[in-house]
Amino acid sequence: MAEQVTRKPYLRELPRTLWFLRHPRYVRYMAREFSCFFIGAYTLMLVLGLKRLAEGPEAYAGFLEALASPGAIVFHLFALAFSAYHSITWFRLTPKAMPVQLGENFLPDGVIAGAHYAGWALVSLVVLWLAGAF
Amino acid sequence: MAQSNKPIVWGPFAAGGTLTAFLTPALILLTLLAGLGHVPELLAYEALRAFASHGLVKLGLGVVIFLSLWSAAHRLRITCYDLGVRADTLVATLVYAVAIAGTLAAAVYLLRLPAA
Amino acid sequence: MSERRVELDVLRYNPETDRTPHFQRYSVTCREEWVVLDALNHVKETVDPTLAYRWSCHMAVCGSCGMMINGEPKLACKSFLRDYPGVIRVEPLAHFPVERDLVTVIDDFIAKLTRVKPYLIPKEAKPIEAGEYRQTPAQLKRYKQFTLCINCMLCYAACPEYGMIPKFMGPAAISLAHRWNQDSRDGGRAERQEEIAATEGVWECSFTGACSEVCPEHVDPAAALQRVKIKSTIDWYLAHTMPWLNK
Repeated sequence: MAEQVTRKPYLRELPRTLWFLRHPRYVRYMAREFSCFFIGAYTLMLVLGLKRLAEGPEAYAGFLEALASPGAIVFHLFALAFSAYHSITWFRLTPKAMPVQLGENFLPDGVIAGAHYAGWALVSLVVLWLAGAF
Repeated sequence: MAQSNKPIVWGPFAAGGTLTAFLTPALILLTLLAGLGHVPELLAYEALRAFASHGLVKLGLGVVIFLSLWSAAHRLRITCYDLGVRADTLVATLVYAVAIAGTLAAAVYLLRLPAA
Repeated sequence: MSERRVELDVLRYNPETDRTPHFQRYSVTCREEWVVLDALNHVKETVDPTLAYRWSCHMAVCGSCGMMINGEPKLACKSFLRDYPGVIRVEPLAHFPVERDLVTVIDDFIAKLTRVKPYLIPKEAKPIEAGEYRQTPAQLKRYKQFTLCINCMLCYAACPEYGMIPKFMGPAAISLAHRWNQDSRDGGRAERQEEIAATEGVWECSFTGACSEVCPEHVDPAAALQRVKIKSTIDWYLAHTMPWLNK
């Protein structure tokens, strides 16, 4: 008769919050995900701007004035950095989500991501130009 | 096992992620310029009021705000889970509610814009 | 051939005597061109015959020798000692229960793999006399990358979501479902969707992308999972906005 085998599997616990410190790729992932905080907060700020716009010229002037406060400038710089990181990571992953097969072969990843980066640059320039930023 | 209804929340997340990737950095640049004293022409009161009073622009702004808030809310929900907050239903209700409330508020302000 | 002094910190766990695992240090003289698996074999042959680990082919095909090497999911047969200066930390694959030493309990993965029906479910059954199911090179290329999976489970050890949500179907199982769904000869997508489009299917994936970074065969599971999400989303919206499309 076969000898009795002891089975007592051991499950190693992972850190519940700081697990992502175990490798840089997970830190980059959390940074990417954290961009949502700035994009969300910035969009809520735009909603506030619409409120001030609807309230009339004085209220709106106050909103523009608030944009010039040091806190608002610092927030904008962080928001710009994180939203740009969101754009870069989002477009870098487009070849995975939307591969294009032409005939037998797939378009190289660089072509699909590159087209998105070019589109991003174009959209940004058009928005800045239409808004009369330059 | 049944197929999930997750596409309801994931669809607008994916659409919003794409939209914000294209648009948000440029928008931030605009208000940053305004804060630095170089107010873009469109952000002057009269120009912006006239621009936003157009029906299609109102609709467009509403869609941009909804998708931006929704995709941020959905990601925040997952980030909370990743950071160890396991009360997913509570977090989801909260963040999606903020996204919807923000969109409704924007709609109300857009409809209240004074005509010229 | 030159030699190399190697120090290995190996996680040991004996279910008969240990309450928790602990590290054991082995110092062995190895050949310069050896891989970590060679060093483990050398330890087992010359120092400690009780050391337990899985391996078979020694050529990155069987997928048995996956383990954490300096914290990264790796095939021990593909990890050269010369790439690891200093003490090499060797642990069982993360996120799986430890059976003994470097051997993990993989029942969960096997069950998930079975559930996605990773085999051809013919679109139309035909007798053998009717000949083979033909396929163009373009149709083959559509899924070929996803056939390269060797079920080594490195992607599960890399996936933080699987670590947090053990019910998550995970990268390899969903990639293999996608592989068959993409096959022009196959008609089993509806059956597989019942598993992979469920909440514990693809929807626990947050696109960390770690699975694709650690995959030793460059299968790119993250890409497969994104496509499954997009297709399942299109399915859902079509089914709920155009119900007449439902049979």
